[in-house]
Amino acid sequence: MASIIELNDIRKVYGGVIVGVDHVSMSVEDGEFVTLLGPSGCGKSTLLRMIGGFEQPTAGQIVLAGRDVTYEPPHKRDVNMVFQDYALFPHMTVGENISYGLRMMGLPRSETRSKAVEALDLVGLPEKIDQKPHELSGGQRQRIALARAIVRNPKVLLLDEPLSALDANLREQMQVELKHMHEKVGITFIMVTHDQTEALVMSDRVIVMEKGRVAQDGTPAELYDHPETPYVANFIGTTNFLPARVLSRDGGSVVVEAGGTRIIAEVGGALPEGEHIRIGIRPEKLHFAESGASGPGNTLEGRIEEQIYYGLGMRTVVRLAEGSTVLVDGLLPEAVARTTLPEIGSNVRLSIAPHNVRVFAAEN
Amino acid sequence: MSTASTDTAMISTVSRARKPGLVSRYAADMAFMAFVALLMAFLYVPIWVLIIFSFNDSRTLTWPLSGFTLDWYGTLFSNQDLLAAIGNSFYVATSATILTLIVGIPAAMAINKFQFPGKALFRRLILLPITLPGIVTGISMLNMFRLFGFNLSLETVILGHATALLSVVVTQVYSRLQRLPRSLDEASADLGAKGWQTFLYVTLPNLKTAIIGAALLSFVLSFDEIPVTFFLTGRENTLPMYIYSTMRRGVTPEINAVGTLIVLASLVLIVISVIMSREANRSRQSL
Ligand SMILES: Nc1ncnc2c1ncn2[C@@H]1O[C@H](COP(=O)(O)OP(=O)(O)OP(=O)(O)O)[C@@H](O)[C@H]1O
Ligand SMILES: [Mg+2]
Repeated sequence: MASIIELNDIRKVYGGVIVGVDHVSMSVEDGEFVTLLGPSGCGKSTLLRMIGGFEQPTAGQIVLAGRDVTYEPPHKRDVNMVFQDYALFPHMTVGENISYGLRMMGLPRSETRSKAVEALDLVGLPEKIDQKPHELSGGQRQRIALARAIVRNPKVLLLDEPLSALDANLREQMQVELKHMHEKVGITFIMVTHDQTEALVMSDRVIVMEKGRVAQDGTPAELYDHPETPYVANFIGTTNFLPARVLSRDGGSVVVEAGGTRIIAEVGGALPEGEHIRIGIRPEKLHFAESGASGPGNTLEGRIEEQIYYGLGMRTVVRLAEGSTVLVDGLLPEAVARTTLPEIGSNVRLSIAPHNVRVFAAEN
Repeated sequence: MSTASTDTAMISTVSRARKPGLVSRYAADMAFMAFVALLMAFLYVPIWVLIIFSFNDSRTLTWPLSGFTLDWYGTLFSNQDLLAAIGNSFYVATSATILTLIVGIPAAMAINKFQFPGKALFRRLILLPITLPGIVTGISMLNMFRLFGFNLSLETVILGHATALLSVVVTQVYSRLQRLPRSLDEASADLGAKGWQTFLYVTLPNLKTAIIGAALLSFVLSFDEIPVTFFLTGRENTLPMYIYSTMRRGVTPEINAVGTLIVLASLVLIVISVIMSREANRSRQSL
């Protein structure tokens, strides 16, 4: 597949001092669903708005379908945007809102109407065509905004936190709907969100941003299982970090000292002996070891300090012998009553497989 | 049906619970109503007096009324000076309103849209005339026109009014613009509209009611303006100036008749502006 949009070393500086986006390069393939993920203020919206043409980069280049559009105004770009506040025109009916972009293309009224009807069918709201936006619910407005953007059949659809104004239930439902919509229309989607679940659920690829830069770029599984930095490891899912020191290395694995014991981690790359590092372990990759049994994995010893029940499973806070705490997540097996789980205060052994231990640079 | 009856049951419980305070509350309500009635009387009795005397068939404004007549309206329409003054006032008010809209709307949009050095100062300067007494505006514009060698005429009055009213239009339009999400403009551009199309199809329709409101207000303010007109008019007179000059010889019933017509016209304008603002409220809920 060919790349539909390419950003080359994009930089955006506001007022000469505030760096919004810093040296970002990325490429999106035709038909892909890419999500820009990051905390508030990391520059996701700025990046999206530069693709839409609402902001101009301070430096760098934006190429859309082989054409340099870096300084093109929005109305000349073949991209459309679903705005966070939907930005439906309050004085127009739903049908007029959807037809607006078609009228600007110079289509005759008869044609715009029938296309608007088609688009409304696509989002499942054909009966709302003659209503005004203020007569619709939040979720309905969201769908109209979506219909208005895709009716022009743009090369790329931009979505700035499209679901953030919806309540939790509707949001989950719309996540699935948007994903289906993407599959149905085959347009490239670039979405912005600060919600990691949303990013993982919906996207083919997630670009995690940190302070205006790309922290990591990969599929949801790559990001979750192989975060390259502690920032990504912590932003996507939860990670237990333990300070560690490299003891020895042996082919594809290193032995480190952490949590008061020796832990083997499978890693590539060079790590000098004696180096201070950090290891990261996902809470759900830690298991309570059978007492007495010693498997091939690593073992950590500690005492249960707190248990948090959350329906689907149980989160246990374990204080390790050397003083730090780790979280352990486990699903509750169907037949097991809570009483058979280790009790607060009791000593436990935790096991973790070497390939589930991530190695990061030490905190400075 | 059943919910309705439980509702009424609940209401009666509530009112029973409040019964001890009911008498004193009734008294308080009455006092308040009386106060409002007095206030209304203070505001509106003079207008009623004016209207009633415009139909009274005596030249002197004395009680009791002597009889009903429409003569004053007849003499009004045969008084050439008065008719000319009314015509002048319409001309001035209409032109000043249009002029101030032409300058004021773009000014408000510029203040809203662009960041430029001295923007705060620019805003203050535009809003200044509303706080300046008419005398100051009048004298300073008179000096300016003299300096440039302009002859005073209704047109200089129009310029004066437009300057004084600019702030009215700018404030009204600007405050509406501020309530319009910027994303509307962006969405319009995103959907392929050029700048002028966005202005015509998105911005202007959303400003419509604010513009009409500002226009009505400007028209009325210009229509009964005296201080600025006093300094800037040439030989022709506007209606308020004419009334003022004839009043020195005492209030005539014709003046009452003119006043009554103005009250009537104002009522129409008020009704229009109320309907407009109601529409504006309805569409604003969507934002
Ligand atoms: N118009 C502007 N003028 C000055 N600074 C700006 C402007 N717009 C954005 N910034 C700055 O650029 C940075 C990135 O902003 P951006 O809106 O892209 O963040 P974001 O990742 O979308 O955050 P959020 O999740 O809160 O929307 C922020 O530090 C912000 O303060
Ligand atoms: Mg944002």
